[in-house]
Amino acid sequence: MRAAVIVFPGSNCDRDMAVALQAAGADVSMVWHKDAALPAGIDLVAIPGGFSFGDYLRCGAIAANSPICKAVVDHAAQGGYVLGVCNGFQVLTETGLLPGILMRNANLKFICKTIDLKVETSASAFTEGYNAGDVVGFPVAHHDGNYTVDDDTLAKLEGEDRVAFRYTQNPNGSVADIAGVLSENRRVLGLMPHPERAVDAGHGGTDGQALFRGLLGQLAQA
Amino acid sequence: MKARVHVMLKNGVLDPQGEAVRHALGSLGFDGVEGVRQGKVIELDLADGTSESTINDMCEKLLANTVIESYRVEVI
Repeated sequence: MRAAVIVFPGSNCDRDMAVALQAAGADVSMVWHKDAALPAGIDLVAIPGGFSFGDYLRCGAIAANSPICKAVVDHAAQGGYVLGVCNGFQVLTETGLLPGILMRNANLKFICKTIDLKVETSASAFTEGYNAGDVVGFPVAHHDGNYTVDDDTLAKLEGEDRVAFRYTQNPNGSVADIAGVLSENRRVLGLMPHPERAVDAGHGGTDGQALFRGLLGQLAQA
Repeated sequence: MKARVHVMLKNGVLDPQGEAVRHALGSLGFDGVEGVRQGKVIELDLADGTSESTINDMCEKLLANTVIESYRVEVI
């Protein structure tokens, strides 16, 4: 399985993401935001956390208009897999690959801690390594994680089983406690918590491993 | 030519930053501030003759996120 990790100025979880993917068995290329094309044969694009372009204008807005993001949107349109974590989730909403937007946390505080999430669906390549209802601990580290979407889109997301993860104790004001959502074809996942920071027992937990292993397993079969 | 773009959160979208400013005004002793909404003003230096529809395109594609924000263009 070949994965590309996109690197923007201000990305800071790109190497963690690469390590997590490699540990699960992926062949990883780091791809600079000014490149206009992905390397050939990429199965998964991972957009890492960080503060791309200093969060200028809106989180993820400048990154979403970078040359590589046009290639990422094309990759998704052709049925490719895309994982966006934290700032990567913000970028995916700004590109329109995922609905909604991440606004400033309701309590205005930067939140940095490990929190519990409930896996809402195992029906995606990203979550098939879990059972629906499992509770997992992933670190969060964000100031703008307050997922906001209009009522009609929320009803659609719920109706189509596209909420992948929910907070058990909402830290940031997200509507319906949503921590992560899937695209219509279930091949694009955006989430605020960091599964790539939960893949090594020495770093406090391994609950994220099943996400990467499940993804690798699904893509290896494809 | 210059244009000024005003970007504001749409009505009904909660504005925690505006709410924090409202609290701060209250604690400074300014009574009766019932609401604060915080937005952005973006000034554009443009080639003469840039059409308003081009400026609207800029707003739609980048300057505002129309999921939660509305914008108003003022040519000055």
